[in-house]
Amino acid sequence: MSAPTAPGRARTRSTASLRHRLAERGVDKSLWMLVPALFFALALFIYPFSYGIGLTFQPSPAMQEKWGAGAFSNYVGFFKDSFVFDSVWLTMRLALPVALFNVLASVPMAFKLRRRFRGKKLLTTLLVLPITLGTVLTAQGLLIFAGRQGWLNRFLIQIGVIDQPLALVNNYLGVVFSLVISGFPFAFLLISSYLSGIDPSIEAAAKTMGANWVQRFRRVILPLLAPGLATTFILTFVLAFSVFPSARLVGDAMGSTRVMSLMAFRAFGEQNDYPMASTIAVMTGVVELVVIALVLLWRSSMYKGSTGGKG
Amino acid sequence: MSTPTRAFQSLRLKNVGRSFGGQDALVGLDLTIRQGEFIALLGPSGCGKSTALNCLAGLLPLTHGEIFIDDQRVDLLPAEKRDFGMVFQNYALFPHLTVEKNIAFGLEMRKIPKVEIKRRVADAIALVKLEQHATKLPGQLSGGQQQRVAIARAVVVEPRLVLMDEPLSNLDAKLRLEMRTEIRRLHQSLGLTTLYVTHDQEEALSMADRLVVLREGRVQQIGTPAELHNHPANWHVADFMGYRNLVDLKVTAVNGSAVTVGAPGFTLRGTAAQPVTVGENVRVAIRPEDLVVVSPAVPAHAGNSVTATVSVVEYHGREFAVGVTGPDGRNLHVRADHAPDIGSVVELTADPARVLVFAADLLGPSTLSVEERELLEVRT
Repeated sequence: MSAPTAPGRARTRSTASLRHRLAERGVDKSLWMLVPALFFALALFIYPFSYGIGLTFQPSPAMQEKWGAGAFSNYVGFFKDSFVFDSVWLTMRLALPVALFNVLASVPMAFKLRRRFRGKKLLTTLLVLPITLGTVLTAQGLLIFAGRQGWLNRFLIQIGVIDQPLALVNNYLGVVFSLVISGFPFAFLLISSYLSGIDPSIEAAAKTMGANWVQRFRRVILPLLAPGLATTFILTFVLAFSVFPSARLVGDAMGSTRVMSLMAFRAFGEQNDYPMASTIAVMTGVVELVVIALVLLWRSSMYKGSTGGKG
Repeated sequence: MSTPTRAFQSLRLKNVGRSFGGQDALVGLDLTIRQGEFIALLGPSGCGKSTALNCLAGLLPLTHGEIFIDDQRVDLLPAEKRDFGMVFQNYALFPHLTVEKNIAFGLEMRKIPKVEIKRRVADAIALVKLEQHATKLPGQLSGGQQQRVAIARAVVVEPRLVLMDEPLSNLDAKLRLEMRTEIRRLHQSLGLTTLYVTHDQEEALSMADRLVVLREGRVQQIGTPAELHNHPANWHVADFMGYRNLVDLKVTAVNGSAVTVGAPGFTLRGTAAQPVTVGENVRVAIRPEDLVVVSPAVPAHAGNSVTATVSVVEYHGREFAVGVTGPDGRNLHVRADHAPDIGSVVELTADPARVLVFAADLLGPSTLSVEERELLEVRT
């Protein structure tokens, strides 16, 4: 923390040595510790990322001919080619409900698991376990369990609840299930930790002041939890928005789950059009940034300080 | 502010108990609180005083007993329906609400008209002298100011009972004294029935109308400050009431309430605070102020003196606090009107009436019969 100089008082000039004055501003030998991280950031992120952005402005001859906007042909193509542009909506249609569900379902869970009770560890483990499953394993499990010939459908038909198998995979629903399975544990862990940062005596105080649980949640817990909800939403949204394997494995890759990353992969792998693939990838990032910006805007209107309540 | 609208005659705790997984935190608490009374629950940490407070507030369910306000049973009501105000040790202010809104919260929950809320909040803020800070967030206030907000927030709804859980323990010594007076002043001007939990005997003695001393979840004594101060029921209460010198000795003679106690090398005359017999091991309690170094201005009480070696001398303004080593190597805390040399041998004396002799075993009121306990209860 830097102490601001009081207005109207002349700043006294430091008489310390240059090294001390630099150290005061955080410039000292410990900066060398950043070197490995900087090297990897440069080699593995900044250079390839800039290169990819550069590629987007070097459209293939086919794209230039089709859209005829010179260096911007790829971007014009992205917005004008409805086959490509529709994937924005298709991805959003998956990611938004999934992110919302993960956050909203985590809140009551985290609440319930805040108190100590028998079997709490087991339940937490079960909730968090899916993190360890890869997307492919989840997809395979879903196919075996919920497919047309899966256990679930066979069981339901046998007991006579349904007579036609339910279409739970290889469509929109399949991807939603897969994203919830992999995204919920993250959301739950994050919200649990945010919730445990709220001093329980604050809620007890609201209780003694006559607030019932709805009022306590709305007036006290929710405003304090809001920044955590925003962060959690952003993380689980980004995870869901960049979905690729499950959209392919348990989704309808050419229909209802033709997400942006699939489109990028198609341009790259099937059409050998690196510049267009990069353009779709960059636009994926742009759409995510827009959503993140909106969420952060909402968050900035909420209380942001400590939630411990101690003086 | 007016007197509470929902006044009651008495609040009765009947055999209230709470155990956590087989561990008794509070056992058989019987207490009757009258309208307007200021009661302090006093005891060392872990004695069950906060448990008692939380049980009363409804934040912890009881495992035994009942609580009545007049004829209404309240221990089955949820905390939000009890109409009590509570001040927490860590203040528990809503960090996202301004001082005003923190104070208005309880009134809003009670669906009071906006105009009246505004007036009552302004009154409460004036009461705790926080007018300049009304629109600040709790994080921008000092500890003492936060404490005042917490108190204003608890009393603004004019609750049937105000519960305070060690409200001053996070403040520095000077502020603690100021706030102590402030709370007492508030209590006198508002007349709100108050239950105050503390481990600080000075705080309890100076503020409360009656004290309840707890130890290991059991009531040791209930009485007025003067009663507890002058007639502690057992050595534990004495220890808490500032009898810093607790010495284990043997009874050599008993004559009514006058008891002679001693150890090889010295004898002392005292007063029996509990029935004792000759030959019994007893614990003798003397306040430092009552055990003084003999000097020309302070003559020895007839035949009641002990010699000791001075080990520590502290200057306390009007007098000196002296640490001495007694004849059998025991450390004693005494007072002197002059500063004796360290290592010198001094003569100590005490008024036999101020030397209290207790049974070494703790037999508190919790082991007394019901009738005796009720007698203790009504004796105010």
